[in-house]
Amino acid sequence: MASRHDSKGERLFDVFNYVGLSILILACLYPFAYVVFASLSEANAFMAHSGILLHPLGLDFSSYKAVFSNPNILQGYRNTLIIVVGGTALNLALTSLGAYGLSRKNVKLATPIMLGIVFTMFFSGGIIPVFLLVTKTLHLGDNLLALILPTAINTWNLIIMRTSFAAIPEELIESARIDGASEPFILARIVLPLSMSVISVMLLFYGVQHWNAWFQAVIFLRDRELYPVQLILREILIQNNTSAMSQGAGSGSDTYSIGETIKYATVIVTTLPILFIYPFLQKYFVKGVMIGAIKG
Amino acid sequence: MRESIGSSLRKDMIRNKAIYLMLFPVIAFYVIFEYGPMYGAVIAFKDFNVGRGIWGSEWVGVSHFNDFFSSIYFWRVMKNTFVINFYLLIFAFPAPILLALLLNEVTSNPFKRTVQSITYLPHFISVVVVVGMIVQFTERNGFITQLLSHFGGSSQASLLAFPENFRAIFVASEIWQQIGWGSIVYLAALSGISTEQYEAATIDGAGRWKKALHVTIPGIMPIIVIMFILNMGKFMTIGFEKIVLMYNPNTYETADVINTYVYRVGLSGSFEFSYATAVGLFQSALNFALLILANWISRKVNETSLW
Repeated sequence: MASRHDSKGERLFDVFNYVGLSILILACLYPFAYVVFASLSEANAFMAHSGILLHPLGLDFSSYKAVFSNPNILQGYRNTLIIVVGGTALNLALTSLGAYGLSRKNVKLATPIMLGIVFTMFFSGGIIPVFLLVTKTLHLGDNLLALILPTAINTWNLIIMRTSFAAIPEELIESARIDGASEPFILARIVLPLSMSVISVMLLFYGVQHWNAWFQAVIFLRDRELYPVQLILREILIQNNTSAMSQGAGSGSDTYSIGETIKYATVIVTTLPILFIYPFLQKYFVKGVMIGAIKG
Repeated sequence: MRESIGSSLRKDMIRNKAIYLMLFPVIAFYVIFEYGPMYGAVIAFKDFNVGRGIWGSEWVGVSHFNDFFSSIYFWRVMKNTFVINFYLLIFAFPAPILLALLLNEVTSNPFKRTVQSITYLPHFISVVVVVGMIVQFTERNGFITQLLSHFGGSSQASLLAFPENFRAIFVASEIWQQIGWGSIVYLAALSGISTEQYEAATIDGAGRWKKALHVTIPGIMPIIVIMFILNMGKFMTIGFEKIVLMYNPNTYETADVINTYVYRVGLSGSFEFSYATAVGLFQSALNFALLILANWISRKVNETSLW
């Protein structure tokens, strides 16, 4: 919108705007850069250093070796993968079934059902009843299903998908119906193939949600063998427990200092998958958020 | 009349049988995992005993609620909940709006896209990692602590060890994580403002500042109001997972909110299910009332509302 007629003040604003936004970019990126530099640093050099890092101090991959040889992290990774794959598959199946049924215009009960669903966005029984339902009624304590079933549908995502399905021309569906296609066939062969961008958005939202989830695991799982990687990460990063990994890496202060760089290596190892898929799905999710926000 | 509603419904059920069958698992999910716990919340009015179950436990009326209202923690968690959310509302809520307005003034598209992709990124990072980074960076020799020491602040211990720092760190980290992601809806709304309005303003002699004030901001006002009301709808639940990871007994004084209190008395340490459910239910009801209130006020004042 800038033009050659901009006043001095407006040009000054432009300068400040670009500088301010560049600082914001830096503020968003630097913490990640710091983590990368710290994870690659030599443990003792890193311990002796304080303040910002502009490059790794030396180059040492032993923290990564320690992370990859930690059985807890590997097992956590495995559990997380099960939850992400199983959970996201169930999410997509249920969300598309719901979005399809609730987006059809001639279904009389669609509106009341939708109202009942939207109500749950704003009122809930609270975490204690959920805990009792899952552990005492359904007996799913210490079971990975406890991390999958209670989050099988995210209402916000359901609204996004429903809005997207509703935009598919009714005539397309009607003509398939006249040709004798069944409803599941219409969903699978006509609606879903036309909705690849919203499906990518759902994959990203649900996948990331499962990958990052930790709180339900805290309340539903006692058995350490079932812990997702985020819980292991919490022990290492926040509860400060790196002893299992740095054992054998030396003794005394050495153990402590290698513990510090291990923390950063663990962050990298557990965040990398998200950083990898992010650029590929980015062009889709902006669209998804917009659909959900404006029409929802 | 009733009969005809009944019979037209029956016709609908028969005609759309396949669709209702497809909706069945969805409805089952909401009944079991959303409405089930709402029923389960009746234990707030009972003395829940695991052996006797929800139905068999004894009714105690509102005594758990009274216990909460007269507990020494009541004012602490109420105050913290409101203060933290108030800070979020005045600092974290406008931040994405400001970012969207600033991005709207950027003429270089590559630069705009770069800012967008980079600022969206923190939204996808797990709370555990974000809090982990905060813990590391605010330690005595962490880089944030060291940076702040150049501006006069000096600390002999982790910044998170002091109650007076907690809220600032929490709110700053929320802004860091959500500023970019939150701006998407406003950018979408901005792109919906017709160029004719800007052209008309130019003809009237408006500069960029005048246009922003009289065209851009009014143009996105409805979406700001909607986002504000939605925000009120989850007012008290925001940030719970982050607070649980970030606080410690030293900072309970400024950090302990209703949700974290429910978690502590109900699921970690002690297991006072009925009492914790009562506190949680009180919060849900308060939150729902806030949503209704915000919606009502907004409908009166500027005729934008959720329903």
